[in-house]
Amino acid sequence: MARSVIHMPATARPGDIIAVRVLVQHSMETGYRSNSVGEPLARDIIRRVECRFDGETVFAADLFPAIAANPSVAFYLRATRSGSLQVEWRGDAGFSHTDSARLQVG
Amino acid sequence: MRRVATGLALSACLASAAAQFIGTTLQRRSGFDDMSPALQAMQRDDTQNPAWLWLKGGEKTFDADCARCHTNTQLRSVATRYPAFDSLLGKPVTLSGRINLCRQRHLQREPLAAESDELIGLETWLGWQARGLPIAPPADPRLAAARSKGENLYRSKFGQLDFSCAQCHDDNAGRRLAGSTITQAHPTGYPIYRLEWQGMGSLQRRLRGCMSAVRAEPFGFGSDELTALEMFLAQRAAGMPIETPAIRP
Repeated sequence: MARSVIHMPATARPGDIIAVRVLVQHSMETGYRSNSVGEPLARDIIRRVECRFDGETVFAADLFPAIAANPSVAFYLRATRSGSLQVEWRGDAGFSHTDSARLQVG
Repeated sequence: MRRVATGLALSACLASAAAQFIGTTLQRRSGFDDMSPALQAMQRDDTQNPAWLWLKGGEKTFDADCARCHTNTQLRSVATRYPAFDSLLGKPVTLSGRINLCRQRHLQREPLAAESDELIGLETWLGWQARGLPIAPPADPRLAAARSKGENLYRSKFGQLDFSCAQCHDDNAGRRLAGSTITQAHPTGYPIYRLEWQGMGSLQRRLRGCMSAVRAEPFGFGSDELTALEMFLAQRAAGMPIETPAIRP
């Protein structure tokens, strides 16, 4: 199973607005639930998503317990130059995952 | 006299046709048609569908293991045909059963666990190849016995609540069970991403869920009973387009 999927066009013309959708596999355990014998389940969520285009932060978001499992985040970018979009997810229990996709402009 | 005989033959014909399509003579509806517009939008737009996590994993497994023998165009319609008869085992097998048999016979590997991410991923990937194609259960006569066993199971009452599948999904489809619309139970989109599970599952997981809901002891994964039920459901939904990977509430 893939840990993450980035949906965005591979090519764009200069000035185009492109949609980026990033999906990551994560249980997003809220910390408010208990298991079958009544013990509380520790919170285990993604706390932050950061997207950088060739190192420059173009989008970032804080996530909270009310967000469903396998969170999907969407945003828009104006394509100005070719480069690589890097997405980083960080969370509880040392969770960290990065994925990247190329954009060709021109 | 001849007219009477023709009349009898015709009515016998009609009766058997009706028996074959009980519950399907009314307009058949996929579970998709009974979902909220928001969920329908989520299924229509592949970039919003969390099933892509499993599908991409399945694609990777296919390229690594299966692509030695198969190509995806060659396997395009496979998901429309299963369960199908396996001559070595001498009984029908489901699509996930076939994947595991292929692993054991040709790759000499251990079978994948039922509902494991890897198995669901491959099944999802195969289903996605067949998306839009009509469900086409094979006309193999060796399947007839299991299919009619499936129909019997569909109409048998189960569990402490003493319900059959047909009582909800034929007799009361379209009405409501608490907050949810009762669907006609056509297996058009499996494996599905089910919001209640916050993950993906097979048709057998769904059937087992229904069995627990009527407080029956569910049949095991890969059991002949669940395979028979799958076969009857595929026959009942024959011709409906495959939606895999579908979203369900």
